[in-house]
Amino acid sequence: MTNRIDATFAKLDRPALITFITAGDPDIKKSQSILDLLPASGADIIELGMPFTDPMADGPVIQAAALRALDSGASMKTTLQMVRDFRKNNTDTPIVLMGYANPVYQYGMDVFVRDASAAGVDGLIIVDLPPEEDDELYTASKAANVHLIKLVTPTTSDERLKTVLPKASGFLYYVSITGITGAASADVSAVKNHVESIRKATDLPLAIGFGIKGPDDVRQFAAFADAVVVGSAIVSEAQKPDGDVATFVKSLRSAL
Amino acid sequence: MPDLKKNSLPDERGHFGIYGGRYVAETLMPLILDVEKAWSDAKADAKYWAQFDELMRDYVGRPSPMYFAEPTTKKLGGAKVYFKRDELNHTGSHKINNTIGQILLALRMGKTRIIAETGAGQHGVATATVCARFGLPCTVFMGATDIERQKPNVFRMKLLGAEVRPVTSGAGTLKDAMNEAMRDWVTNVHDTFYIIGTVAGPHPYPAMVRDFQSVIGKEARAQILEREGRLPDLLIAAIGGGSNAMGLFHPFLDDASVKIQGVEAGGHGLHHKHAASLTGGKPGILHGNMTYLLQSNDGQITEAHSISAGLDYPGIGPEHSYLHDTKRAEYVSITDDEALDAFKMCTQLEGIIPALEPAHAYAQVMKMAPKMKKDDIIVMNLCGRGDKDIFTVAERFGVTL
Ligand SMILES: Cc1ncc(COP(=O)(O)O)c(C=O)c1O
Repeated sequence: MTNRIDATFAKLDRPALITFITAGDPDIKKSQSILDLLPASGADIIELGMPFTDPMADGPVIQAAALRALDSGASMKTTLQMVRDFRKNNTDTPIVLMGYANPVYQYGMDVFVRDASAAGVDGLIIVDLPPEEDDELYTASKAANVHLIKLVTPTTSDERLKTVLPKASGFLYYVSITGITGAASADVSAVKNHVESIRKATDLPLAIGFGIKGPDDVRQFAAFADAVVVGSAIVSEAQKPDGDVATFVKSLRSAL
Repeated sequence: MPDLKKNSLPDERGHFGIYGGRYVAETLMPLILDVEKAWSDAKADAKYWAQFDELMRDYVGRPSPMYFAEPTTKKLGGAKVYFKRDELNHTGSHKINNTIGQILLALRMGKTRIIAETGAGQHGVATATVCARFGLPCTVFMGATDIERQKPNVFRMKLLGAEVRPVTSGAGTLKDAMNEAMRDWVTNVHDTFYIIGTVAGPHPYPAMVRDFQSVIGKEARAQILEREGRLPDLLIAAIGGGSNAMGLFHPFLDDASVKIQGVEAGGHGLHHKHAASLTGGKPGILHGNMTYLLQSNDGQITEAHSISAGLDYPGIGPEHSYLHDTKRAEYVSITDDEALDAFKMCTQLEGIIPALEPAHAYAQVMKMAPKMKKDDIIVMNLCGRGDKDIFTVAERFGVTL
């Protein structure tokens, strides 16, 4: 079977919208209902955060989301169950699980990839697992037709790309800032220059994320990206008393 | 037994067996590789070490004495007990050995801003001190709980010109301070050097910090050989992240006759809240390295507890995990109450107020010495003085200051 990520990029003739939410935030039931409404609201790919107590690459918004989720009983198992439930009504929107190495390591990397793939997961982003340390997960992912998505950042030199790219698949995730999620927006022209130079070294689709907050940001970065990722802004919207994730995601999508 | 030759580990990717490594976000990888390169250049540079040695002697006050703790020895009625007196160092603990080494490296790399995490505040003070000395701005991340229980050190850091940033996430202790320091590092990767305070974090930190702290063990080895004409039978040191312990242990690793004990914080006891990662945890990945961690079955990190802020950490340096698995070192735990009793006894018997961290080591000495022969020798690392802890101890003794 073709991986849904590949199918999505092959089919779209515009940049993709990737939306992030934390699985189980603020509780599993509400989180499931948000997850389920994302495709119809305009999400092309869904990143589902696996909550972790010590999310070192995340700012206050996603840190708080992870703790809310854990407090409400979220676990690796409930996250996979959310994906299974999502797949009951949706068979083609790709799901990428994003998180940190330790919960995956405790689950057992092999077993985790197998269970994730069976649940309907298409890709994994493990923030603190650079290519130097990812052999086990890389091999398991390859065998299960799950993409292990690689990050590139403003600090990634051409030299460093040679270490990152050979193991990259699905798409490349360009972290637009040196910093944590939810931080200030990046300088668009600096990102553009770097992204253009990275494109010379790879044919993979390039997604840009971190610091993208609303339709204006989406428009600016989408001008030279294959996908844009919005995370903290969606998590914040869901937290507002009168928050409306569907409408917010629609507004992001209409900027594409 | 696996090859434990002193300088053969870690391997070139920073692994001690399965432990250690470099589990960091891609943003940091190029910088970590830079630090590693700068460190391996510096390590081979005699001028770098000449500057390090001079500062150790004239600024820190090394070598620290090897003191025969006669009252303790008499009272316990067994092995001869020696203290390696690193509490006499400038700033009051072993932490300065490491911050001197790292700031010299930061300067070599042309970095212009320093960050650090701190638990007890000793590493924060030691970092603020070298930043004052070398004229670099310094930001120290410290958990809000620790700020409360280590007030004197917070004020010292501020006097030294450092900015102390309170961290309120989690339990507001060392783990949370380290998370926040790493977030700052990712954000300010171009100009900032992160002075990690213990033998943990991504490679090359565990090996690098060990190499700086090994000054303790090298001196101790020479001093005890001179004094007693032979090696000690037992080394004892307290373990938070494990830097004072690694510093004492490492130069003795090849000496099979020397037994080694690391003392973790048993907090309220191993069936309640504690900070004994080796005795009560299992291998996992946090703060850039694979090591033993206190965690749930789902891989969520659990909060540690110790009366000693410097030991209140759910992880441990990866080389200790390796020494534990290979059984070269033995790891035991001491509870809050035992440490407090030891604190009192050391103070009253020796006229030395120890920090609560080495009070844990002293409590282990109290257990071991009576069981040993009169001509056996124990060397304990007295790695810090207790001035910073008087508020915590007063509160436990029901005294208002
Ligand atoms: C006096 C003293 N001893 C020990 C420690 C624990 O650190 P480590 O295990 O790295 O020596 C600290 C940490 O703050 C300390 O201040």
